[in-house]
Amino acid sequence: MMRAPYHPGNTDKSMPKITFIEQDGTQHEAVVSIGSTVMEGARDNDIAGILADCGGACACSTCHVYIDPAWVDRLPPKESMESDMLDFAFEPDPLRSRLTCQIRVTEALDGLVVFLPEQQI
Amino acid sequence: MPEQIVIVGAGQGGFQAAASLRQNDSNARITLIGEEPGLPYQRPPLSKSFMKDGDPARLLLRPKTFFEKNQINLVEKSRVSFIDRAIKEVETKSGLRFPYDHLILATGARNTKPPIRNVEAHGLHDLRTLADATAMRSAVGSARHAVVIGGGFIGLEFAAQARAAGIEVTVVEMAPRLMARVVSPGISHLFADMHLAMGTQLVFGQPAVEILSTNNGVASGVLLADGTELEGDMVLLASGVQPNTGLAAAAGLEIDNGIVVDHMLQTADPAIFALGDCAAFPEFCSGKRIRLESVQAATDQARAIARNLTGNPAAYDAIAWFWSDQADWKLQIAGLPKENGETHLIRRNHNTATALWFSDGILTCAETVNAAGEHMAARRLLASGLPVTRSDLEMHEYRLTDYLNSTLKAP
Ligand SMILES: Cc1cc2nc3c(=O)[nH]c(=O)nc-3n(C[C@H](O)[C@H](O)[C@H](O)COP(=O)(O)OP(=O)(O)OC[C@H]3O[C@@H](n4cnc5c(N)ncnc54)[C@H](O)[C@@H]3O)c2cc1C
Ligand code: FES
Repeated sequence: MMRAPYHPGNTDKSMPKITFIEQDGTQHEAVVSIGSTVMEGARDNDIAGILADCGGACACSTCHVYIDPAWVDRLPPKESMESDMLDFAFEPDPLRSRLTCQIRVTEALDGLVVFLPEQQI
Repeated sequence: MPEQIVIVGAGQGGFQAAASLRQNDSNARITLIGEEPGLPYQRPPLSKSFMKDGDPARLLLRPKTFFEKNQINLVEKSRVSFIDRAIKEVETKSGLRFPYDHLILATGARNTKPPIRNVEAHGLHDLRTLADATAMRSAVGSARHAVVIGGGFIGLEFAAQARAAGIEVTVVEMAPRLMARVVSPGISHLFADMHLAMGTQLVFGQPAVEILSTNNGVASGVLLADGTELEGDMVLLASGVQPNTGLAAAAGLEIDNGIVVDHMLQTADPAIFALGDCAAFPEFCSGKRIRLESVQAATDQARAIARNLTGNPAAYDAIAWFWSDQADWKLQIAGLPKENGETHLIRRNHNTATALWFSDGILTCAETVNAAGEHMAARRLLASGLPVTRSDLEMHEYRLTDYLNSTLKAP
């Protein structure tokens, strides 16, 4: 797969915005590079609550979020490895749970809203 | 006075200790001292995605702003050379001194140099740091035949990457099978078949005895004990690591295949803790002292030490887990085999399998290939502390997910 060059911290107007909402309702808006993953976007924007211990290898399930219902169908579907890892993540939701390291950021993701779980492990 | 906490080693575990300490205590003064240049980064991608994308920004554990915002004093390019336990201070090679109330040793491990002739040959690669990986990436660009000494995780991950890039690859393994130190024979054999199918050559049972080199001293191949000469314009030495314990040893702390710590991850000096690749800790099931080289051990031990230092002490009892990505196969391990263990291998199809370790009929470890659900179920089951017997699992065709679901449903 070809990836767009990835430059964290290098923000411009055309970069998608993603909103992360904590359990207590606190919202964080993150500007994320196209070609990176939603997990990398969270990490580069200091979103606490995404641990991402395995660094995006789909091996730890500590980058888990609940996708805003309005967005669930607008994301590329889960591959089997992601669904398998999610089955036993912390309180997964069969429809809304995703691993953010498996979602690659495109223009179409501008405005995405995700909710952070109470805990990751 | 806020507490002063000094962390030596700014890798996976050192970073996590700093981040978790800050999360639990907004006042502590946290200093993270690392020998390498730049921000703390992750090593696992170095032998995996980094070989393809070559993008160091992707490796970073957190951006620079994280350290500023969380007031973590990151001191890079500084090697701590001395611990003065009497006055509770560490000193760097350049003479900087940092006083501590508590000290966390997260110095990691370094690659071993086995007793092979000419092991200092120019251009002989080994892989531990970003600098190593960067050098390897540029060599891969022009390499035609790579010889890898060591059929462990790192050697095999690299071999798969190099094969995918069209390079001829030979892996030399002294043991009779791949990853012999860490997985059961059945899983070794599955992986051997996969690497052979990729066109990688595997040579077993022969130790490398010499690095061959060109007239101007550049590594050009490997001589095996039986006299076989393997030519390669790229040679990678991936024959294991040893813990960085020199600093602790010089300070009089006990060393036994790592810096010895107790179940609280504390050394005999109550002010000093150790974690990750450099720490030898009592495994909570067996009480046996072990050392693990994994992201899980580094991060979970860092979190445990942070809790211990911020008023929530608890014995370290996390379930070990690990992964390795080789070509498009994912190996995952949950738990640890015991000495008297026996394995049961279940092959679901050509690229999906599970090997379960039982000791006295109780599940202690699950090795899975392309079966992430089974891996996660194993982690859950092992963490529950309830014994899972072989006959329980037999009734569920050794499917851990099925068994777990049935126990969750049970009243
Ligand atoms: C290529 C590669 C692939 C890997 N793949 C996987 C994988 O797929 N899954 C997995 O679970 N694990 C993997 N690992 C292992 C994992 O990266 C390590 O277990 C983990 O990084 C250990 O963390 P640590 O903090 O103990 O040590 P490290 O992350 O190694 O950090 C130690 C740091 O301490 C510094 N240091 C040492 N001495 C001093 C001193 N005196 N003063 C200052 N600084 C010092 C070192 O320079 C180093 O930066 C891999 C490792 C490598 C090299
Ligand atoms: S970062 Fe580990 S699964 Fe996503």
